[in-house]
Amino acid sequence: MLRWLGGIAAVIPLLALGFILVVLLLEAIPALRYNGLHFFTKSVWDEGTGYNAVIVNTGGVKHLSGADYGALPEIAGTLATSLIALIFGVPISIGAALFIVERLPRRLASGVGIFLELLAGIPSVIIGLWGALTFGPFIAHDITPWIARNMPDVPVLNYFRGNTGNGEGLLTSGLVLAIMIIPIVASTSRDLIRGVPILPREGAIALGMSDAQTARKVTLPWVSSGIIGAVVLGLGRALGETMAVAMTCGVALGSVPGNLYTTMTTIAATIVTNLDTAFLDGTGFAVRTIAELALVLMVITLAVNVAARWLVRKVSGTALPVGRGV
Amino acid sequence: MSGTPAAERGAGSPGPHDAGYWPPVSRRRKAGNLVFWGVCLIALALVIVPTVWLVAGVLVRAIPHFHFSVLWTKTEQLTGGLLQPIIGTLVITIGAMIIGGIISVLTGLYLSEFAVGRHRGVLRGAYEVLAGIPSIVLGFVGYVALVVDLHMGFGLLPAVLVISVLTIPYITKSTETALSQVPSGYREGAEALGIPTSWAMRKIVLKTAVPGMITGFLIAAAIAVGETAPLLFTANFSDQFPSLVHVTHQSVPYLTDVVYTFSALFQPVNSANVLSYDAALLLLVFVLVLILLGRAVAAIARRNSE
Repeated sequence: MLRWLGGIAAVIPLLALGFILVVLLLEAIPALRYNGLHFFTKSVWDEGTGYNAVIVNTGGVKHLSGADYGALPEIAGTLATSLIALIFGVPISIGAALFIVERLPRRLASGVGIFLELLAGIPSVIIGLWGALTFGPFIAHDITPWIARNMPDVPVLNYFRGNTGNGEGLLTSGLVLAIMIIPIVASTSRDLIRGVPILPREGAIALGMSDAQTARKVTLPWVSSGIIGAVVLGLGRALGETMAVAMTCGVALGSVPGNLYTTMTTIAATIVTNLDTAFLDGTGFAVRTIAELALVLMVITLAVNVAARWLVRKVSGTALPVGRGV
Repeated sequence: MSGTPAAERGAGSPGPHDAGYWPPVSRRRKAGNLVFWGVCLIALALVIVPTVWLVAGVLVRAIPHFHFSVLWTKTEQLTGGLLQPIIGTLVITIGAMIIGGIISVLTGLYLSEFAVGRHRGVLRGAYEVLAGIPSIVLGFVGYVALVVDLHMGFGLLPAVLVISVLTIPYITKSTETALSQVPSGYREGAEALGIPTSWAMRKIVLKTAVPGMITGFLIAAAIAVGETAPLLFTANFSDQFPSLVHVTHQSVPYLTDVVYTFSALFQPVNSANVLSYDAALLLLVFVLVLILLGRAVAAIARRNSE
């Protein structure tokens, strides 16, 4: 009895997965056909003529005249915010995990664990609220003007110069995302480091390594594949995060950010803030284009997730945790 | 030989606790150690400070204006209390816990006890991959497929279905892990006593795995309570009470939407902003309660197993 019920239930996740893929594909196919490959190289978001809209039929795809979509800013913004999140989040997470395991007494370590669980559990909309109303204005007011003034005007570094805006933009979103991936990477790294056997570490000490050297050359390499998996899992979260980014990025469609502080957008933020407007397109083409965006996002995050799991299974034979590192 | 006991080396030569026995630790080595752990400590501080800042930021703005009456006062336009959103969030969460919970527990049970080999690999891979799909994509699919194509309209049913799918990986994972950690001696003991397998499964194996499963449910509840993006497209928002009879074509209010749409980002009205922070405070308290519950369950389970 339980066996049959379980067998039926166990197929449901697979069916749900298939259902999601089929729905997205069916919805996005007309958009894939009309937008073509330019969708990935153009920076434009135009739903077509507003008032005297004319419905045009291009090769069987109905859309408003003048509809023109290119998702380069969305794709670039998604990758850029996630990259910033990794640059800040990963070293912080690993350092914190090392300190928790190697330096804190057991009781204190468990107390710090509550912070990680809390950070993992805080709804993203609250992090977005804080990012938009407290954190963003703070860095725009007190930190970024100083950086922008003092950066030399040379290639790469001049990306840090220029107008620092009001706190909505690439840097704020990236930092907020960093805060969101920290609990995933830090708590997984902490558990992995805790699992490193004592003998190789004692061996290193006996050979005369200091405990900093032991941590760097024995403990971390021992769990490196697991940590890489956790980082990629965190990347998956950062790529798909919606509310926190939508509230802090300024949602600027149609242009790639010119410096680190300008407003920009990501795929997820575009979907959540533009679906309302997309409903107004009577031909449904705007919604189909958003389906194409969702498909792109899903392909990116799935590739990242599957790669992480495959990598970790291949190297260490253990499974990655599902989820948010709680 | 630096390790020989003092007795063999004769009196007069320095022992391990005397100065000069070990070569002095170089200053560079000490500094290197100090710098490394100093950097790690800063990293830990950079984890804790934003958390405290975040929570304190919400508390400082919410508590001065907080009245417990928001818990039982109705929302009217942009003023009043949060009664309908609170009930909406609870109903959506409980609904997802029931639907998602039943599917997940059965799935976890099947994967851990019955499925083998490639069959199991595929089914397990499916829910792991499901965990990697961004919630906004799930919300969009829920909108296109359930709200529009299946003519459900905005309502409780599409919202609960989408949140259920979202929570399945978490409950399934913890159920499967909890079941696989039940000592095989328990099963063998039951078999040796002649207890039928299905009976042993229900009374012994499942019972032992309950704490692990509860942890999974708590994580899933935290996610269900805190989700915004998928609900925007399936539950929409209204100030009506959620109805268990009209589960389609009737928008449902919920707390995260209040945090988002009543915030200073969209509403210049002060009463709305106050409600936004009140809702954020309630969500924070709820998440904290779930975390402490999870710790309590883990502690009780540990004590019982000893």
